[in-house]
Amino acid sequence: MIYREAGQFKTTYASDQQLFPILQDRVFVLLFLAFAFGLMPFIGTEYLFRAILIPFLILSLAALGLNILVGYCGQVSLGTGGFMAIGAYAAYNLAVRVPDLNLLVVFLLAGAIATLVGVLFGIPSLRIKGFYLAVATLAAQFFIDWLFARVKWFTNDAPSGSVSAPPLEVFGWLVDSPIEKYLFVLAIVCVFALAARNLTRGAIGRSWMATRDMDVAAEVIGIRPLHAKLSAFAVSSFFVGVAGALWAFVYLGSWEPLAFDVNRSFQLLFMVIIGGLGSILGSFLGAAFIVVLPLVLNQVPTWLGIPLSTAMISHIEFMIFGALIVFFLIVEPRGLARLWAVGKEKLRLWPFPH
Amino acid sequence: MNPALSRNLTIAFFALLTFGTLSPLLFGSARFPQWLEVILGGLMSGVLYSLVAIGLVLIFKASGVFNFAQGAMVLFAALSLVRLMEKMPFAAALALTVLIMIALAWLIERLVLRPLVNQDPIVLFMATLGVAYFLDGFGQTVWGSDIYTLDVGMPKEPKILLEGTFEGGILVNMEDVFAAVIAGVMVVALALFFQKTGTGRALRAVADDHQAAQSVGIPLNRIWVIVWSVAGLVALVAGVIWGSKLGVQFSLQLVALKALPVVILGGFTSIPGAIIGGLIIGLGEKVSEVYLGPYLGGGIENWFAYVLALVFLLFRPEGLFGERHIDRV
Repeated sequence: MIYREAGQFKTTYASDQQLFPILQDRVFVLLFLAFAFGLMPFIGTEYLFRAILIPFLILSLAALGLNILVGYCGQVSLGTGGFMAIGAYAAYNLAVRVPDLNLLVVFLLAGAIATLVGVLFGIPSLRIKGFYLAVATLAAQFFIDWLFARVKWFTNDAPSGSVSAPPLEVFGWLVDSPIEKYLFVLAIVCVFALAARNLTRGAIGRSWMATRDMDVAAEVIGIRPLHAKLSAFAVSSFFVGVAGALWAFVYLGSWEPLAFDVNRSFQLLFMVIIGGLGSILGSFLGAAFIVVLPLVLNQVPTWLGIPLSTAMISHIEFMIFGALIVFFLIVEPRGLARLWAVGKEKLRLWPFPH
Repeated sequence: MNPALSRNLTIAFFALLTFGTLSPLLFGSARFPQWLEVILGGLMSGVLYSLVAIGLVLIFKASGVFNFAQGAMVLFAALSLVRLMEKMPFAAALALTVLIMIALAWLIERLVLRPLVNQDPIVLFMATLGVAYFLDGFGQTVWGSDIYTLDVGMPKEPKILLEGTFEGGILVNMEDVFAAVIAGVMVVALALFFQKTGTGRALRAVADDHQAAQSVGIPLNRIWVIVWSVAGLVALVAGVIWGSKLGVQFSLQLVALKALPVVILGGFTSIPGAIIGGLIIGLGEKVSEVYLGPYLGGGIENWFAYVLALVFLLFRPEGLFGERHIDRV
């Protein structure tokens, strides 16, 4: 990270506005992607893929979607789990009822259906904000939970309400080993992260941020709150819906409505807060933190030689999450992403800070 | 929306509520005694929602914080009491729990509210979410996570009333009646505290205008500790009643989440609103569960309250009794 960008002159607008204006950043990102796609499949263990990387990537995608809504547009949502469920069950129904459909198309259509529902539940945001909106999205969460648990059509009349995803096959490629699943999810997440990055730095992203910072002022400078808010709900729900479909098809395989209950919504909100509100990188950092923390907590007692029951560990996990939320809100409201940026800035000047 | 339309909508809502409640009778799908039992059952669970909602309203009025942790406080208070009662007599355990709740209020003010003063309400809301998680974990780490039965000597056996009037009479759970009486006493006590004491007057002043209250010398920090303590005590009462009805267990927290739609319905700033909102939601969800549930596959109780709140948010965001002051977007 110790590099200087001295001597890199931007002579065109295009080079000034590109995704990573600094050469070293570009190289770093490309190397990182090469590592993730090329090297990781050879050095990772099956456990690493199945228990850490796949859930991390999918939850990152969901957190990314939520971050667009909460971090960029400032609309709090407690219904993310419900929108994930919409994506999952929409994908399931499409895959079961239209078996010839390409799986990628299924995922995208599932995202589109989640978008429709998201916009529907986003309509109240035009009149209310803050925790009023939080309660409105909570209504979406509980209603969707009930819908999939009770209306048999959605679960294809499965007696217990638990459904199984069909085998994953994309263009004749059967995605079944953990490594293949990892690569499949990684590719999708990369595309979506790029899309999110570009959306948020474009005109639409700026209209979201203006609405977040001060809605009245945004309206005065000509941003239509209706468009800004509903488009944020739409994009966010699309991301979350695709993440839900992936979570169900790739990670869980077979699932029931309980997999997407209100705790999932809180978990995603925590990822966004801890990772950093209004930051793409933050969504990934937050997801990594929340996926890895329980695994570490499970290991710590054995390292220290204190036997703790699993129930006790899950309670301590709750405590740590809660304390961390308060801690981050007080000390660093912009989360891990901000810490990363500060660290990078310090390193850039090191060892001559003046 | 103009006031006249808003008023008409409110009248329409109450008309619809009355009609919905009476319709099972009108269309002859229910016998009168059974119907009365359903209504009473709904109202009683409504009282319990109100108890949690009152705590929410108290804190919102005095500090503008929407306290998501109220449910966690209910669970924590009930857990503390039930575990302390194993070691000491009831009165001592109760006193100790009261002390714990006051200490908790002080800690929350010190560690959470004070560093976050002047932040956006939504930041404070998320902070209370963190507090809720922390309390859940802490309570269960310290006190254990089994289902405990709480017995504070409330009458358990149901009574059959009005046997002479109807065939078979109607079944009334004495526990519920007891709970309703306690809730009533508590509301009266709170009203007296708010209206008649100096501290109560200070609390109302803070609720009206933080800065003005501070400028006439009301210590904000102390007021917050007091109001969180009072909310903690309300949580304790709710926890005792809920706990002895359902057993002290983690799911109490989810039940307490229902207080959110209750305050939306009743208005964020009104204690009578919290009570009436609770009653409406308790009544509405019981009636719809019993008479509408069979057609929709059951389980309506889980979302009825939230969807009702959603409708209210669309047409009357300030609730039935709230102040007409709301951030228009």
